[in-house]
Amino acid sequence: MRTCGATPGGPDLSGIDLTTQTVIQGVILRDGESDGVPNGTPVGNAYVRLLDFTGEFTAEVPTNADGQFRFFAAPGTWTLVVLASGAREERKVIATQGTPVDLVLQI
Amino acid sequence: MSRETSLVSADWVAQNLNNPAVVLIEVDEDTSLYEQGHIEGAITFHWRDDLQDGLIRDLISKEKFEALLSKNGIANDTTVVLYGGNNNWFATYAFWYFKIYGHGDVRLLDGGRKRWELDARPFVTAIPARTATRYVAKERDNSIRAYRDEVIAAIGKSNIVDVRSPAEFSGELAAPAHLPQESGQIKGHIPTAKNIPWSKAANEDGTFKSDAELKELYVGAGVDLAKDTIAYCRIGERSAFSWFVLHELLNVSNVKNYDGSWTEYGSLVGVPVALGA
Repeated sequence: MRTCGATPGGPDLSGIDLTTQTVIQGVILRDGESDGVPNGTPVGNAYVRLLDFTGEFTAEVPTNADGQFRFFAAPGTWTLVVLASGAREERKVIATQGTPVDLVLQI
Repeated sequence: MSRETSLVSADWVAQNLNNPAVVLIEVDEDTSLYEQGHIEGAITFHWRDDLQDGLIRDLISKEKFEALLSKNGIANDTTVVLYGGNNNWFATYAFWYFKIYGHGDVRLLDGGRKRWELDARPFVTAIPARTATRYVAKERDNSIRAYRDEVIAAIGKSNIVDVRSPAEFSGELAAPAHLPQESGQIKGHIPTAKNIPWSKAANEDGTFKSDAELKELYVGAGVDLAKDTIAYCRIGERSAFSWFVLHELLNVSNVKNYDGSWTEYGSLVGVPVALGA
């Protein structure tokens, strides 16, 4: 299984001041081959919702044409909810300032 | 105002795609979305280039609004149906705008782009050609728009509803989490404001909750609907969404959108600010 840290999936971080921003980002892929590696097609018309530690909605972004998304959050525990036609996935993440959370999410 | 007169379903839009009395207008925060694909026959308004004055911070003038609608072939008796991304934030802002200038029949597509996409309904890239009209707007209806002085005067007296996320309300975040965090304004909220995030009025697919759920949302949070209400957020789009819920769906007449919102209030010198939940 490819790890998220080894293959960051979100948009290019150049130009983002990671000393002040707490970034949660990633890429949404459709199921790939049967080896469990998320190497499927990027999902460019998905919606990613960011919920705070109480489960309260905080923000939502559509994925770009490459299936990527990015949030500027605050340090702490957050939940991502991915919505796409016929699919719904949740993922809990812990965000810190300085080191972006960069995910590969398979639906 | 009611759900029947202000809101249409995706099915209704699909059935009226070729209805010449209906004009679909897409209004997005991400203005590249329209070019990538939109509902057949829809035109687009750019939230900044078309709907902001450009020099001062204000709505465009009545004359510019008339020119915008005339150029796009919208007549005074056209049924305008607005929709957009971000759960219709900018589409509800445009809806409020059409009401400010007194348009007769304006409606919102329930769920906007998101519901349409999640239903796997089609988008096209063709841009429709429309014949120009001569649109005549009314004078601005300021009964649905709040200015800063009346917001300050409303503290502790009227309902003030802060529709931003809890993290923005408490002062943890300065902007919604899909945008870089700003440092221009101080953080916090207007004292005595109730934090009722816009998102609580919507289902996950972007459609509105039922009238009974919506009424309970505001009344249950302590909003006395018999009193005047002012809704605000950061720049007035999300609060246009909550204004739409209160004014259009729940038919509460004395509700104003404070489009100056936190970017104005949080920059004012000497006004009271509260922190925390």
